[in-house]
Formats: sequence, structure tokens, C-alpha cells
Amino acid sequence: MARPVRIIMVVGALTALGGLAACSAIGGNSPDGDAPDAAADAGTVVLVTHDSFALPDELIATFEADTGLTLETRAPGDGGALVSQLILTKDDPLGDVVYGIDNSFATRAIDEGILEPYTPDAAVQKYAVDDKGYLTAIDVGDVCINVDHEWFAEAGIPEPTTLQDLTDPTYRDLLVVTNPATSSPGLAFVLATIGAFGEDGWVDYWAALRDNGVQVAAGWSDAYYVDFSGPSSEGERPLVLSYASSPPFEVPEGADAAPTGALLDTCFRQVEYAGVLAGAANPEGARAVVDWLLSPEVQAAIPDNMYMYPVTDVALPDSWLTFAPLAPEPFTVDPSLISQNRDDWIQAWTDTVIG
Amino acid sequence: MESAAVGGERGVPNAAFRARRRTLRRGWGRGRGRAVVWGLAAGVPLVFLGVFFAYPVVTLVARGFVTDGGLDLSAFAEVFGRDRTWRVIGLTLAQATAGTAIAVVLGVPGAYLLYRTSFRGRGLVRAFVVVPFVLPTVVVGVAFRSVLAPHGPLGFLGWDGTFAAIVAALVFFNYAVVVRTVGGFWANLDPRAEQAARALGAPPWRAFLAVTLPALTPAIASAAAIVFLFCATAFGVVLVLGGLRYGTVETEIWVQTTQMLDLRSAAVLSVVQLVVVAGVLAAAGRARTRRERALALGAPERVTAPRLALCGPDRRVGDRSAAVVTGVVVLGLLGMPLGTVLFRSLRTGSGWGFGNYANLATTGGPNTLNVTVWAAALTSLRTAVDATVIAVVVGGLVALVVSRRPRARGARRAVSLLDAVFMLPLGVSAVTVGFGFLISMHRPLGLDVDLRGSTVLIPIAQAVVATPLVVRTVLPVLRAIDSRLHEAAAVLGAGPARVLAHVDWPMAARSLGLAVGLAFAVSLGEFGATSFLARPDRPTLPVVIFRLIGRPGADNLGMAFAACVLLGAMTAAVMALAESLRSGAAGEF
Repeated sequence: MARPVRIIMVVGALTALGGLAACSAIGGNSPDGDAPDAAADAGTVVLVTHDSFALPDELIATFEADTGLTLETRAPGDGGALVSQLILTKDDPLGDVVYGIDNSFATRAIDEGILEPYTPDAAVQKYAVDDKGYLTAIDVGDVCINVDHEWFAEAGIPEPTTLQDLTDPTYRDLLVVTNPATSSPGLAFVLATIGAFGEDGWVDYWAALRDNGVQVAAGWSDAYYVDFSGPSSEGERPLVLSYASSPPFEVPEGADAAPTGALLDTCFRQVEYAGVLAGAANPEGARAVVDWLLSPEVQAAIPDNMYMYPVTDVALPDSWLTFAPLAPEPFTVDPSLISQNRDDWIQAWTDTVIG
Repeated sequence: MESAAVGGERGVPNAAFRARRRTLRRGWGRGRGRAVVWGLAAGVPLVFLGVFFAYPVVTLVARGFVTDGGLDLSAFAEVFGRDRTWRVIGLTLAQATAGTAIAVVLGVPGAYLLYRTSFRGRGLVRAFVVVPFVLPTVVVGVAFRSVLAPHGPLGFLGWDGTFAAIVAALVFFNYAVVVRTVGGFWANLDPRAEQAARALGAPPWRAFLAVTLPALTPAIASAAAIVFLFCATAFGVVLVLGGLRYGTVETEIWVQTTQMLDLRSAAVLSVVQLVVVAGVLAAAGRARTRRERALALGAPERVTAPRLALCGPDRRVGDRSAAVVTGVVVLGLLGMPLGTVLFRSLRTGSGWGFGNYANLATTGGPNTLNVTVWAAALTSLRTAVDATVIAVVVGGLVALVVSRRPRARGARRAVSLLDAVFMLPLGVSAVTVGFGFLISMHRPLGLDVDLRGSTVLIPIAQAVVATPLVVRTVLPVLRAIDSRLHEAAAVLGAGPARVLAHVDWPMAARSLGLAVGLAFAVSLGEFGATSFLARPDRPTLPVVIFRLIGRPGADNLGMAFAACVLLGAMTAAVMALAESLRSGAAGEF
């Protein structure tokens, strides 16, 4: 390389690095950073949530303007990890309010004493976990087997509809699910089978599924995008564990039929809760956040931002009404029963299916 | 220039040198000043590591061993009583050993080809091989499985969900570590010894085995140790490709900590992990120091990479085999999964095109993200700058201290211990570190600040992981400086600072570009401890990719792949930049 070229490259490299250094994250804190708004300062309220949390900036801005609070969010992991972390940090809470504890972890969270009772008047009682009001249901969703309609139409086989159908030899080697030890929909589906076949029957059901060639992937992305045969996937299996809210995402623009659908007789109902954390530095702000999450504005924004269904009676987006109905009678398991047995159930599942 | 010239002269220190050395040692005041300086150089990194690594890890592990205020070690018996524990330990060792061995065997020819020969497009290939190193495991898992699944192009191998798939992926991720660590050292190795062997009639393979390979041992041992640690703590890729059937100590710690909150089992497994890691480090350290004695690093102008000679009268068999091995690795093992990522980034819901790339300026199909992918890329870059600065300063100091060989036995021991201690972050579970941060960074050292939600902790967490790489890249070069150079300079009247500036710095600067590049790459790709500290309002690129691929629909998947290509391109660009910095700086001395 000629020397002048080399010098130019070095100068270029140094300039580029210098430019980067000028906007380092520690050094140059961006103006939209942590500094609370001095004008209307009711303090900062810290919302601890899971890594799927998302709400439009305008909604958050309105909340901050209305209450004078500054909302800071922290998302230290997925649903299961979230509860573990809150329990670990009980003495020095990670924040003031939590959103995203689901019904499979709800009782553990309450029993471990990480929550302070608070339920707004607007709370939906149907999903209450306990009578003290530690947790407020914010949204729900169904974990269901999704089916590739095109595959079944081409193969000329009728689609399965129930859990029992999945053990039928007609559907041999067609289903992929996820591991309940590493994936929250995986755990939800195991709970669906426990709800359906009872504590005595579910292990036998899984043995039958195993014998019928069920495949187990580690996580949702893996199952859905590698093994499932749906339009955005490349796999060969036309039955996949996913959500009732998944089909609308596969509908091409302007189409009036969905290429995939959810089998509504195979669903487990997940409920996500919010609650005030014990020892919150700003309990008043925390309660305001819970109220806000139940407000019509946030409830209406939940489907498009977090892919769950609001608990209150706000309108669903049109595509959801058409392509993503909730199961009329999903399977359920009592949250306290889940708390007591979760680890044993996962172990029993692993012994039966993985070996 | 003058230092390099001195390096070329390998004179024997004469009596006058030795006398002068004695006087220097007798100079009490001066000795004390030196001790303070070296103490500071060792102390700053130790405090950093202590606060941001040892303290969180020990705090978390201690929780597992304390029941009702008392020490309770019964968990050991319990965990070791399970068959699964032994199986998991065996699988961890098997995976890491296989992955390391194959990465080294494939990486050494690559190091030769990319650092000892020259050919058109070499810079591109050098940058390309680093890309896998930073890609998020969830995407690589999907890409690998797309290739290996029964319906994929390599489905006939039947590797889906097998041990072989895991090992292939481990080599995929770590190939660059071997190529760059060994290559960076090899590039500076004085070729005259091998030339002499050849002149004396040794065939090329013999000259390589008898002269070059032994000289490379320190760098190979360094690389192997790093790769082993990365393989032993691999998490995402093991889960995606092997499931819990091929669980390792790392996946087990993850499940026990995050999902079951069984801290007792997790603590025992963390201790197991630490013991394995310490054993490997000790073994690698011994292999290294046996060889790391004043190797001849050539003056830069003398080390020239000859043109690759594959055919014609000057053709070399070594060049040919290196080219074939490296070609297969780069095009096959690296190329197929990376090609899958690129290929799928170009497929949109409505056909082919750059639609997914156009979408990077958006927040995705109905509000999948709360920032655009470009904004996340900027956050990643800014974080990486901070992490790199911290890692290079801390790692540089460690390398400097460890490169000294004090005459007192205790001091020598302390120095090699320091060396080993700074490798530990690579061998300890990211979950342990991440959860440790959450319970220890509330009021670290009694200061009234909650670091847990602070953006400062993210680059620090990344720097902890990047520091060992900086040390391992810079150290072999510093160690290989003939200590007589230091003494000669001191005899000629240079103070310690001048010795550093004129002897160590010119040599070290050659490897510093590489170290900066690696640290930057680690920071860009880190998704272990960082994922426990994530701030949803300012996500990094890997966080955004993770989120996109966790949503259904062709648009989200396509964007995830496009964002991955962006991450890969950023890494390659930074590496190429660091590389030019390196050769430029080396040219000045």
C-alpha cells in the first residue's frame, strides 16, 4: 500500500473513532435522557417489566404530563426471569411497580412477599388471583396450536381440532412445540394439557404425543420459523405451538382469508398482571401506573404493541376481530396449584418427552 | 526505529550491564517509586474486576450457600447425587474440547493464509471471518437449523439436534478468535529462523513443525484457552441446536437460576464451572510460559508477507493446503449460515428486494419496536465505544504488568495469578454475573447510587468480558520483547517511562489495533449479562434483533435478518478500520 494512502486511512480511522467517542453513551448523555422534568416534578416512578413491554411514546408522554411523574422502565429478562429477579432483589426493589407477571408465576410472587396490595376500582375481577388484591389483571392471551391451512388443504387431510386429535396417527410427525423449561409458551401448553387431562392423565397424554412424533424446539422463534410450514417459515410441520394472536401477522395485505389459524380447543389462557412492589420508593407513583395500565387508552394500545388482548371492554383492531378470536373456553389451572407444582411438572415432562 | 534496530541485535549483556543493574536495584528511593507505579498499574484493573465481577458473582453464589444465616453446603451432596449433573459436566467438557480442537486445527491454516501471505481481497476476508463472532445466537440458531433441518440444504447429514451441530456452531463462532490471535502473533514473528532451517535443507513441513509451530505455541495456547472458555459457557446456541438433551453446566445454571430460582443448585454448578475454568487456565498457562521466553519478533520492515503462491514455478505446498482448508471453512462453515442470513434478509412478504432494509428506518410492522433499528444501532455503537475504552485501558494495564518477569519468586507468582484472574470473566456464566449485578449494584461500596438501571453498567459489563481478549491479544507480543532490551535502555539512562514509550509501546501498538477491534466486536455482540440490564427505552442492536425474531410474520423475520446483516457489516467495518490503524501505526516505528 502506498504510504500516502496509508496515512489517509489512519487519519480517517482516527477521525472516525474520535467522532464515535464524542457520542459515547457514558460521556454524552443524550438530551432525552434521565433528567427528570423540573417543571412538573412528582418524582420518577420505575416500572419493572419483561422484555416484551412496549407502548407508544405519545401515551407515555401523556401519562407523564398528566401526573407530573417521570416513567422509567427496566426490563431485566423474560417473564420467568422477571419474577426470579424481583424475589432476589426483594430487600432493595428494582423499581416501584411491576407489569408482566403471568398466572403461572402469580402465586409465587405473592407468596414471596414482593408485592404490596393495591387494586384499582376498575380492575376486572374475573382474573383475580387472590382476595387481598396484590395483582391486577392487565391483559390476557391464549397460547394455542396454530395450523397451516394451506398445507392441510393440499394434503387433503382434515385439520385436527382437539388435543386428543394430535395423538391420532393421521397427524404423525406434524406437530412442533417448545420446551416448557426454556420457553413460556411451552410451559403454557403443558398447563393446557394438565387442565384438559388432569394431574393424573397429562403425562400419559405426552407419552402418546411423543410416540406420535412431536418435535420439541428450545424456543418459540426456532419452532415457528424453522420447523413450522407457515407462509413466513420454511419448515415442514404444519402444526406449531404459538398464540391466538399470531394468524393476523401472516395475512397478506388486502387478503380476506388467513393462511394460518389457531385451534381454539387447544388453548391455555395466559393472564398478565401488574402490582405495586413492596418497599417501593414511590408507592403513589406505582399506583398511578397500575391505574394507567387499565385506562382505556393503554388498553386499546395493548393488542398492537404487546400482542395481548385487553382485559377491559375496549375495541380490538379489525384484523384481530377477523383473524384472531380468543378461545371461548380455554383450559385453565389454578395459579396456586401451578406455583406448588411447576418445577415437578417440568421435571415430569422432561423425563417423559426428552428422556 | 531505533528500538527495532536494537531488537535486531541480540547481544549478550556484558559485565558493565550487570553491574549497572545491581546499582539500580540498590537505589532504594527509585525502587520504591517503581513499586508504587506498578502497584497502581495492577491495582486499577484489580479494583475494576473486583467491583464489577468478583463482588456480584460472590454475592450471588454466597446466597446459594447460606440458609437461615448459616453456611449450608449440603447442596453439594444433593447436586452431585444427581446423574444429570455428571452427564452435564461430561457434555460441557466434551463440547468445549471438541469445539476448541477443531477451531484450532482449522484456524491455524487460516492464520497463516490471512497474516503470512498476501493476496487480493485479504483485508475483506480478514474482516469477514470476524462477523460470526458478534451475531446473536438466536439468529445463528435459526440460520444453522435452516441449513441443517431435514428440509435444509445439508439436511442429508442428519445433524439437526445433534452433538455435531453444536460443535459446528461453536467452531463457527470461535474460528475468528484463533485466526486473529494466532495470526496477529505470527505476522510479527521473525521469519529468519524458519528461513535458516530451510537453507539448511529442512523440507517446508519440517521447518514448520520444528521451528515455527513451537514459536507459535504461546499464541495458540492463548487462543485455545479463550475458545475453550467461550465454548464451555456457550448458552443460546447449545439450547437452540441441542435442546436440554445436550445441556451444559451453563444451560443448567440458566434454567436453575432464571426459571426455577433454585439458587442452591445454581451455586454448586457455578462452583463446578469455576473449578473447570481454573483447571483449563492453569494448563494453558503452563503450556504458554514454557514457550513464551523471549521469542524473536522481527522488526516490522523485515516481516513481509510474500504473495500467495498457489501455482507457477514458485508454488508452495503449504500455501495450497492452507488455501484449501481456509476456503472450505470460509465458504462452507462460515459462508452457509451467513449466506442464509443474507439471503433471508432479502426476502420480503411480497417477494424479493430491499424492503427489509428500508424497514430498518421504521419501528417494524405494527409497533414491534419502540425505536428504529438505526437508533438501536447508534446506541450499540456508543455503548461499544465506552466498553472498548474501558477494556483497552484495563486490559492494557494488566498485559503490561503481567508481561514483566520480576525476579522475586512471590512477585512472579502474583503476576501469573493476576494473568489467570483476568481470564475468569470468560469462564463464568453470564447469568451469574447478570443476576449478581442485580443484587449487588444497588448501593455498590456503600455509595448512594442505584447502578442497576443506569446506562453506565452496560458498557462496564461488556468491558468485563472484553478485557480478557485485550490481555490475550497484547500480552504475547509484550512478553516476546527481549527483556535485555529493557535493560539496555535502562543502562543507556532511560527512565521507566521512557523505556515504556520507546521499547514496549512500539511493539504493543502493533497488536493494539487488533485488541481494539476485538473489544469493539465483543461489545457489539454481547447479549449475556447485558440482557439482564436492558433498558427498554434505549435497546441495543442485539436486543432489537431478539425482539424482532420473537414476533410472527414475514416482515418481522425479514427485518431481524436485515438487522443482523447490519450488525455484521458494522463489525466488519470496525475490524477493517482497526486493522488499518494497526498497520499504519506499525509503519511509523
